[in-house]
Amino acid sequence: MPAPIRLRELIRTIRTARTQAEEREMIQKECAAIRSSFREEDNTYRCRNVAKLLYMHMLGYPAHFGQLECLKLIASQKFTDKRIGYLGAMLLLDERQDVHLLMTNCIKNDLNHSTQFVQGLALCTLGCMGSSEMCRDLAGEVEKLLKTSNSYLRKKAALCAVHVIRKVPELMEMFLPATKNLLNEKNHGVLHTSVVLLTEMCERSPDMLAHFRKNEKLVPQLVRILKNLIMSGYSPEHDVSGISDPFLQVRILRLLRILGRNDDDSSEAMNDILAQVATNTETSKNVGNAILYETVLTIMDIKSESGLRVLAINILGRFLLNNDKNIRYVALTSLLKTVQTDHNAVQRHRSTIVDCLKDLDVSIKRRAMELSFALVNGNNIRGMMKELLYFLDSCEPEFKADCASGIFLAAEKYAPSKRWHIDTIMRVLTTAGSYVRDDAVPNLIQLITNSVEMHAYTVQRLYKAILGDYSQQPLVQVAAWCIGEYGDLLVSGQCEEEEPIQVTEDEVLDILESVLISNMSTSVTRGYALTAIMKLSTRFTCTVNRIKKVVSIYGSSIDVELQQRAVEYNALFKKYDHMRSALLERMPVMEKVTTNGPTEIVQTNGETEPAPLETKPPPSGPQPTSQANDLLDLLGGNDITPVIPTAPTSKPASAGGELLDLLGDINLTGAPATAPTPAPVPQISQPPFLLDGLSSQPLFNDIAAGIPSITAYSKNGLKIEFTFERSNTNPSVTVITIQASNSTELDMTDFVFQAAVPKTFQLQLLSPSSSIVPAFNTGTITQVIKVLNPQKQQLRMRIKLTYNHKGSAMQDLAEVNNFPPQSWQ
Amino acid sequence: MIQAILVFNNHGKPRLVRFYQHFPEEIQQQIVRETFHLVLKRDDNICNFLEGGSLIGGSDYKLIYRHYATLYFVFCVDSSESELGILDLIQVFVETLDKCFENVCELDLIFHMDKVHYILQEVVMGGMVLETNMNEIVAQIEAQNRLEKSEGGALG
Repeated sequence: MPAPIRLRELIRTIRTARTQAEEREMIQKECAAIRSSFREEDNTYRCRNVAKLLYMHMLGYPAHFGQLECLKLIASQKFTDKRIGYLGAMLLLDERQDVHLLMTNCIKNDLNHSTQFVQGLALCTLGCMGSSEMCRDLAGEVEKLLKTSNSYLRKKAALCAVHVIRKVPELMEMFLPATKNLLNEKNHGVLHTSVVLLTEMCERSPDMLAHFRKNEKLVPQLVRILKNLIMSGYSPEHDVSGISDPFLQVRILRLLRILGRNDDDSSEAMNDILAQVATNTETSKNVGNAILYETVLTIMDIKSESGLRVLAINILGRFLLNNDKNIRYVALTSLLKTVQTDHNAVQRHRSTIVDCLKDLDVSIKRRAMELSFALVNGNNIRGMMKELLYFLDSCEPEFKADCASGIFLAAEKYAPSKRWHIDTIMRVLTTAGSYVRDDAVPNLIQLITNSVEMHAYTVQRLYKAILGDYSQQPLVQVAAWCIGEYGDLLVSGQCEEEEPIQVTEDEVLDILESVLISNMSTSVTRGYALTAIMKLSTRFTCTVNRIKKVVSIYGSSIDVELQQRAVEYNALFKKYDHMRSALLERMPVMEKVTTNGPTEIVQTNGETEPAPLETKPPPSGPQPTSQANDLLDLLGGNDITPVIPTAPTSKPASAGGELLDLLGDINLTGAPATAPTPAPVPQISQPPFLLDGLSSQPLFNDIAAGIPSITAYSKNGLKIEFTFERSNTNPSVTVITIQASNSTELDMTDFVFQAAVPKTFQLQLLSPSSSIVPAFNTGTITQVIKVLNPQKQQLRMRIKLTYNHKGSAMQDLAEVNNFPPQSWQ
Repeated sequence: MIQAILVFNNHGKPRLVRFYQHFPEEIQQQIVRETFHLVLKRDDNICNFLEGGSLIGGSDYKLIYRHYATLYFVFCVDSSESELGILDLIQVFVETLDKCFENVCELDLIFHMDKVHYILQEVVMGGMVLETNMNEIVAQIEAQNRLEKSEGGALG
């Protein structure tokens, strides 16, 4: 067998390969050669083969068959063999393989070897990949080496000890005595690794930390070392760019941080040295800045006096002006951490931070943006907003959503005037309109509604904004809503804040119709537009016929959502014209939904629902009602129309009992419901959850789509699926449509679905489409559940099903827990 | 703690791969590739810190890299290391390589992969910084090389 080729040769050969396939072939050939060579148990060439194997491993080829060979090399007497053997072990083996345990004995022997470099290799390997068993076995040896006078070995032993402690924390005590003298070393390598060891011990165990603080007087020792480093003048062996061993300084500062945290005495002891380091360190090179950075972090973390903290923040401020982008990045990150605690000090550097918004580096821009939002307050809101809006204009798309949300939040908190607020919102909508988050739209609408005196101004500006361009959906949605509400103000030219524009009713309808037709409008936007057009029928005087026509056209739209609306609006025109003006009245000031109860639930009139019992009644002015009794009065005293039929009402566990009894009566005594209600009104047995029941109509179902549906129940051939819709304008409302299907061969009759939800929710069950679930999945029962979830808690529901099947009565209780997060978040 | 040290060239070919935490081989290669793509995208006037990729570590880990001629030196570290300090450490490592190989270039790393590992071992051990004094490191390496030579050193 010819001698295996040298590593050099192999590398040269592989480099000549022109394709991946060629390379693979060469490597496979060589692997085969190596394998046969291993089989021959050839000691001379083993190390060469393993070296080649490691090279191929780095390129990504499998090398596990060399693992045992590494062990053989480790056991050899030659240093060369051991060197490559240990390297192979570290690269190829890990504690998951049983093979590695075989190393333990070798390592033990090598730890006591006469040659220090062999001992060093053993320490290195143990410290890199030693398993817990190995560490337990060999900890004693490591501890011995920690006390040796050989600095080469001592520093390696220190790091090895760190690894041992990480793997087997109980052994920490064992190393304690050895640490006593560690800091008396002159050798910087040993000092460095000793500080690392001490840091590890302090971080792991609060007892150790306390011990080091009090008994060992660690802080004064460290302070002394640090002082020597700074004062000692030029020392060629430790010098890096004019600073004496910056790495050691940084390590010591970090340990000081841990010691001084939450401890007044220690913090006081280090105040002076920190001030000294902060003022004396050269900042022209990166090493100096690294030390300063560490100093700043330490000052901010311990209980330092305020003068020192101000000094630290000023250093960070200077960092912000540094040309080196790394320094700027690091400064912004630290400022972000300290802005909560030292707000005023950071404020002083606001202008520099704002300048960083214009930086080229994406990471820096992001941090500057976050920091800017943290710094906005009532005094600087105008100036900051100008900068932030400019930033919004010019930043990368990945920032726009966050920036827009941040601006809205800041504006809401600190807006100096309503007009300014509206202007700011307009600016955001027009510059980053398509990046605004969906939930911003209802918030904005609420805001606009509540700024009563600004309605005319707002609608005028919004109108002008979408005249040119109606592609940005959130902007168009808000604009459509406003035009629908305040179109009369727009047409009458009543604006006080700025020059009123001359707009005719037809022009307004033109723009709304364009939105409806446009390819860029989403389904949601179209819904907004159609509703707006409908609302204008009461606000405009000359164009009602046009509106009627538009509405009737969409009665045959392919989009089910639009069709639904159009059909109902048509019905309003045709059959219920007398109610139209009341229904389409101006919205009152909305209150933010509190947890006490729904504010916009009840409507003025009842309304029968057209045959496909569904979810979208025409919008009308919500009357905020906080007490169930008012509700009752309205319903009781309403002679005009029948009550909305709701499926099972029952005795709730709470004090609304009388209400529901009455409703139960109303239902039973023949409400001329258009949808069939199940004949008996069964009582729900009292599960621990609150039961459903207010007879009410949530409004304004501008629905957002896209929530995955779930199978809530599937047993004995009965399957119930839930599909979800969320209201855009009222994010606390979730509309669940259930579909019950039956895969058995017999129909299920008298089917009743009941549901209950936890106390923080409110539930409303509308009538089901029928009470028979036909067999063989030939049809389904549909029923709508409306859930109000003002606290945005995780949706849970218990359902009870009763039906007759194959001649016997069936009943089942189940819990539904697999609601997708989009349905309640 | 340093989780990994990667050196690769401008085309993504690995020249030194050292992990201080265990990953299976395919993941190791994936990490190298992913890191390369992340680092390649960076302009020259951007800072040297990257939030890590999804494969290596988690949100606590950063990639700190430096670009020298045709090679990228990437250290993946967690929050216990000072970012600026690691930048200096990379500089120390490269300068040490320079001293050991005399005007080091990519070819030296290619043909002497094992030696580079040995040098690295004197700088970083078990994911922690061992020695930062260049002269010390060089002296120790030279002593070990002499020991190898005295045995006849049969590696090639």
